[in-house]
Amino acid sequence: MRSGVAIFPGSNCDRDIIVAIKKITPKAPLKLWHKDTEFPNLDLIVIPGGFSFGDYLRCGALAARSPIIRNIKNHVSRGGSLLGICNGFQILIETGILPGSLIRNKNLLFTCKETILEIQNTIKSPFTEGFQIGEQFKIPVAHNEGNYFAPKPLLEELNNEGRIAFKYVKGNNLDNNVSYNPNGSSNDIAGILSENGKVLGMMPHPERAINSLHGGTDGLRFLTKCIEHIVG
Amino acid sequence: MRAIVNISLKQGVLDPQGQAIQNSLSNLGFNNCNNVRTGKQIILDFQDNDEEQVFKETEKMCETLLVNTVIENYDIEIIKEI
Repeated sequence: MRSGVAIFPGSNCDRDIIVAIKKITPKAPLKLWHKDTEFPNLDLIVIPGGFSFGDYLRCGALAARSPIIRNIKNHVSRGGSLLGICNGFQILIETGILPGSLIRNKNLLFTCKETILEIQNTIKSPFTEGFQIGEQFKIPVAHNEGNYFAPKPLLEELNNEGRIAFKYVKGNNLDNNVSYNPNGSSNDIAGILSENGKVLGMMPHPERAINSLHGGTDGLRFLTKCIEHIVG
Repeated sequence: MRAIVNISLKQGVLDPQGQAIQNSLSNLGFNNCNNVRTGKQIILDFQDNDEEQVFKETEKMCETLLVNTVIENYDIEIIKEI
């Protein structure tokens, strides 16, 4: 699989996702700089977490207007897969590739916690088709603006079209360290898909759950299946 | 010429900062105020002195970058003499 990781000034999870992808597939992802306007056709581009451009103006707003974004949009129209994690999700929202908005966490706290995600009944997507509906993952979040907000008609549309990839749920093994809906997001949304299912934006960090030392490997399980289905 | 962009959250959009400020105000004894909403202001200075041109350009800036129109409203104020 040919993949690339888009890096902006202030991205800080780029190395982590590269390590995760290298665990799954032998070919290391290309590092794409935010000013890059030429790179080969790829199967997957990941926009990693971090604080691109210091979160100035709005999270992801300045990154979403970077030169690389045009190429990322071309990648999407070619049918390439695109994954935005945390700040990457915020950037995808700001580009308009994914709809809605990510606003300040309801409790006003930067929240860094393990969450339980549950796979929803979605449209055909490489990011969900390797899983059973209702399958759960323990993956951490770490953000200040992860509260997914959208007007009611859009929320209904996302729900009816099967574009809610996963929701925060209570889970079966709830202990005190595991929180349910960490940010107050509408309908407990943790990740959404584009109309063609090829773009996923998610607040939780799968690359932070790829080693038992992290407290779990559900992120690796998640990414492995995604990559298998992207390669086809 | 100066353009001042005032950005506020749309009605119905949760403003936890505003709520936190209101809590603090109420702890300080300011109990008359029952709702606080926050916003931001962006000040832009132009060399151009054509008011209509400046307004139009500022509007375009708001729509393309300065404002997230999903959750925010804005208004533009033009000041001729800085």
